[in-house]
Amino acid sequence: MHPTYTKYYYPYVSPLDPCQPITKKSYSTPPNLYMGFQPPNLPQFNTAKEALYRGTLWPALYDDYPNKDYRGDQK
Amino acid sequence: MSKTKTMPPEYYELLEQIQAVDFVIVELNLYLDTHPQDYDAIQQFNHHTQESKQMKKQFEKQFGPLMHFGRSYSNYPWNWDDQPWPWQV
Amino acid sequence: MWYYEKKLQYPVKVRECNPRLAKYLIEQYGGADGELSAALRYLNQRYTIPGKVIGLLNDIGTEEFAHLEMIATMIYKLTKDATPEMLEEAGLAPHYVNHDSALFYHNSAGNPWTAEYIQAKGDPIADIYEDIAAEEKARATYQWIINMSDDPELNDSLKFLREREIVHSQRFREAAEILKDDRDKKIIF
Repeated sequence: MHPTYTKYYYPYVSPLDPCQPITKKSYSTPPNLYMGFQPPNLPQFNTAKEALYRGTLWPALYDDYPNKDYRGDQK
Repeated sequence: MSKTKTMPPEYYELLEQIQAVDFVIVELNLYLDTHPQDYDAIQQFNHHTQESKQMKKQFEKQFGPLMHFGRSYSNYPWNWDDQPWPWQV
Repeated sequence: MWYYEKKLQYPVKVRECNPRLAKYLIEQYGGADGELSAALRYLNQRYTIPGKVIGLLNDIGTEEFAHLEMIATMIYKLTKDATPEMLEEAGLAPHYVNHDSALFYHNSAGNPWTAEYIQAKGDPIADIYEDIAAEEKARATYQWIINMSDDPELNDSLKFLREREIVHSQRFREAAEILKDDRDKKIIF
């Protein structure tokens, strides 16, 4: 099973909280936490430019960080 | 207007190609630091190193030296310290 | 010794003249988990760590200087043509009165960089775990800066730097395994 690289938790909400509560809060658990010692011959991005623009040569180490509106946090 | 020169599109294109190949080299280098026995990765590293050297030769012919202290040849007059520097382009 | 190459590691583009972002980015220039701290931490630790992982510390430390230059480029571009009024509006008046638009090794709150940001315990495990933690903290800092920024081109470069923290953390985790291993050098997959 492929792990997910974003996790969520649900902070306690008090009726006395002054700001609009964040009910669902995300955090990152990127692929380096799961890989262990990198196995040889992992598939690589197709071109050097793609590797550059992803920031890694290996898709298995790539983790997108979407802008905050797309991270799944909820008010 | 000042006398600053604007770099042509080819400068950015060639530079981007070099950045891409050199990036693959950096990635393989760090990988090999912890995987010194990976023969395929070493071959790929050497292949891209050669590719990078050729691309830089081409780049330097058009846009001047990429490196100092004798790692690149100089034209006449000395053009290592010509602007723009990387943070200016 | 080191050689300078007249290129950035990654093309840095900034769409908007927005000095406020420079104020946040300075965290990764002269802050505790910034690129200067990272480069100096690894290059300093390499003298007193087993030979099997010296190369890795040397090479990641060197790459961090390329990242420092990328951050400097972002700050430079964001503030280069900003007027004192624009800097004031961005909360950079205290910076301006001391430095004009010169870069300075301090964090986003204006605290100067200090060697206390970087540890060197001389114990290989303690030092490598410090390095793993440093990479995760730098990754988190990039996330918070990305969350504060709405410049898509700047965020593209910041996402590159965030991904590099992930790869570096991966390598340091492997270094920890190498240090733990009984066999010499050869890791059986």
